[in-house]
Amino acid sequence: MATDKYYVPESSPWPLVASVGLFMTAFGGAHFIQQATDPDTFSGSWGRPLFFFGLAWLWLTIALWWRDTIKESRGGLHSHQLGISYRQGMLWFIFSEVMFFGAFFGALFYTRWLIVPWLGGAGSNAMTHELLWPDFQAMWPLVKTPGGTTTQAMGAWGLPAINTAILLTSSITLTIAHHALLAGKRGKLIGFQAITVLLGAIFLGLQVEEYIHAYTEMGLTLDAGIYGSLFFLLTGFHGAHVTIGTIFLAVTLIRVIKGHFDAENNFAWEAGAWYWHFVDVVWLFLFVVVYWL
Amino acid sequence: MSTVAAAHDDHDHHHAPTGLKRWLFSTNHKDIGTLYLWFSFAMFLAGGFMAMIIRAELIEPGMQFVDPEFFNQMTTVHGLTMVFGAVMPGFVGLANWLIPLMIGAPDMALPRMNNWSFWILPFAFTILLSSVLLSAFGHGNPSAPNFGWTFYAPLSTKYGPASTDLFILSVHMMGISSIMGAINVIVTVFNLRAPGMTLMKMPLFVWTWLITAFLLIAVMPVLAGAVTMMLTDRHFGTSFFDAAGGGDPVLFQHVFWFFGHPEVYIMILPAFGIVSAIIPTFARKQLFGYASMVYATASIALLSFVVWAHHMFTVGMPLAGTLFFMYMTMLISVPTGVKVFNWVATMWRGSMTFELPMKWAITFVILFTCGGLSGLMLAITPVDFQYHDTYFVVAHFHYVLVSGAVFTMFAAAYYWLPKWSGMMPNKVLGELHFWNSLISVNLLFFPMHFVGLAGMPRRYADYALQFADYNFWISIGGFWFGLSQLFFLAVCLQCALKKGEKAEAKPWDGAEGLEWEVPSPAPFHTFDTPPVVK
Repeated sequence: MATDKYYVPESSPWPLVASVGLFMTAFGGAHFIQQATDPDTFSGSWGRPLFFFGLAWLWLTIALWWRDTIKESRGGLHSHQLGISYRQGMLWFIFSEVMFFGAFFGALFYTRWLIVPWLGGAGSNAMTHELLWPDFQAMWPLVKTPGGTTTQAMGAWGLPAINTAILLTSSITLTIAHHALLAGKRGKLIGFQAITVLLGAIFLGLQVEEYIHAYTEMGLTLDAGIYGSLFFLLTGFHGAHVTIGTIFLAVTLIRVIKGHFDAENNFAWEAGAWYWHFVDVVWLFLFVVVYWL
Repeated sequence: MSTVAAAHDDHDHHHAPTGLKRWLFSTNHKDIGTLYLWFSFAMFLAGGFMAMIIRAELIEPGMQFVDPEFFNQMTTVHGLTMVFGAVMPGFVGLANWLIPLMIGAPDMALPRMNNWSFWILPFAFTILLSSVLLSAFGHGNPSAPNFGWTFYAPLSTKYGPASTDLFILSVHMMGISSIMGAINVIVTVFNLRAPGMTLMKMPLFVWTWLITAFLLIAVMPVLAGAVTMMLTDRHFGTSFFDAAGGGDPVLFQHVFWFFGHPEVYIMILPAFGIVSAIIPTFARKQLFGYASMVYATASIALLSFVVWAHHMFTVGMPLAGTLFFMYMTMLISVPTGVKVFNWVATMWRGSMTFELPMKWAITFVILFTCGGLSGLMLAITPVDFQYHDTYFVVAHFHYVLVSGAVFTMFAAAYYWLPKWSGMMPNKVLGELHFWNSLISVNLLFFPMHFVGLAGMPRRYADYALQFADYNFWISIGGFWFGLSQLFFLAVCLQCALKKGEKAEAKPWDGAEGLEWEVPSPAPFHTFDTPPVVK
């Protein structure tokens, strides 16, 4: 089904159309955030519909774009070399994601090892401590901010530990599915991939549960100081990536059922699997440095 | 360095699209490259216009034309437009045009994503620049971003104008564009090289872009993280940059410059590649020390990750930290020195001629070295306490970015315009462009060293009387440099409209490389079947 010639695709409207969607998402999103969080300053409420319209536009465009790509692949236009391009592209995309999380992990370490001790007077910062917030005590997790906001720290051994087990299990089931794909065992592949998608959904459900618990019972919120900020942005972006990964695996599951993949022709499937393992590894780091230590 | 064994076929095997669709829906690396280059030039003129507003205000002490609030918006958006709109897309345009031609590839590896990378940019800059237009002409004059191009917290968080949120989202869009563009470059270079084009046979422009692309993928997401933290601090009550909540405004500077310093090399490494292509051509000698050039580029890129805090010496870091960043920064001058040495050694005893690309390239070597040396001065922590946030810094980074990065883009344009358009750039206009730019750029930026050393701070709409004479001449230099670029516009338009002298396939007799093996202008599709490189 593959060709030896490198495939330079025909021109396509989707990149431009997707850019329009991205524009509406960004432009609407900025106004949506302003109008929703500060209605006194920012009148109007058109940001929200524009944001969601743009987002739907973007998703639909990408779906149509990838439908074209899948058609071309099914039509035998894709060479082995193009498959390598896709794989390399996906790996570099995952590297960019690693660096995105790196920014937030870096903020966590900087806060924990430098800012908080300094505010407490460590190093040459005795006068900073004395002049700014003399009553402040350095600790981590920071459950009382210099400004006086108090909160509670999220423990590691309740839901987070269960979630760790769920994600680790999902990585194993996905690997079993991968072996089944390569061995051409469709039944096993579909079964284990379905389990993986289900585990992803359960993880997300428990994460929502944890957030509700944090907000309603623990006073652990986004505005509860730097601990809450880091906790929610790190786990929140991870959760967003699990959501994308779950959708990704669900789509490739449908394509497995349609018979799109075999031992050679399986880029999209493997890309989804790599992505899943990536979010899994991020979670392990999160579990250790956000919840546990 | 390499010869083509197999004949390339230049017939179009599917019809070249025409009309508006050709440009809007393109999957062709040459067309997308052209779009990038025109976009970059448009942003260069827009950013330059803002610079001239700045220089008009500063032509004499006191307030002349704009209020200080608008002046701040001009310095901010001038910087953002030049960095993200002019220099970065300009080099991506060159990468698009040249990398597939140089490595014998049929196109970029992921052509549709390539088009997406481009088309995001006009929309992102619509968002950013519309806030300037609203500020200038809108009802109630809502402020455009006004916190400097480095958007330090809390100026950009607690005190940022409403347009900051639009700015944040537009930076996200630029980041998406850059990351996709960089992935495309890396995959093209790793996967689409013609048979025989081994890594150590690649032209240096390809090497420098490969390393640049790695830097882009590594740091653009960190910038996205920084602006995301800004957004949540502004609207969702997080405390990343607020000490009362346990955060720290200095954290912003660390995250920003972890992006920002590699970003500096993102804007100069491709320039090194261009100069390394042009100097051997007009010195009629092989590039001196090819392998050392590759290793020097890689060393600069790796070191760029551990020097970021030299932008923050005065912020109050532990002594050990400032010392570390000082020594690491000085270390960068070693591989950079290797490069300058190699360019000079390439010219040594060469049969030199001084066509337009060569003039720009030699100018680059000299003026970039000036900028590098003032960088060394700034790297010395105790000395930086004096220079920090003065016009000395402004002089430094304009020497490396204008007479560095921008001048090499002119060099590249004069060198490869024959290949792109099939026309030789007009020599008279080109000479006018070069000489006017060369003199005016020095009149513009050189005296900034003096006023900076004497203590004139950057980013102020007014200054003390003793700086008046220098500032007058700086402003004259600024207008002169700005207007000189109209010569370049005329050169480009003449080539685009096919006016003037037709170019041969290889208009420079000393040139080497696969791009000169295809006709001028390069046909719509090149290297459908890969050439074999020996």
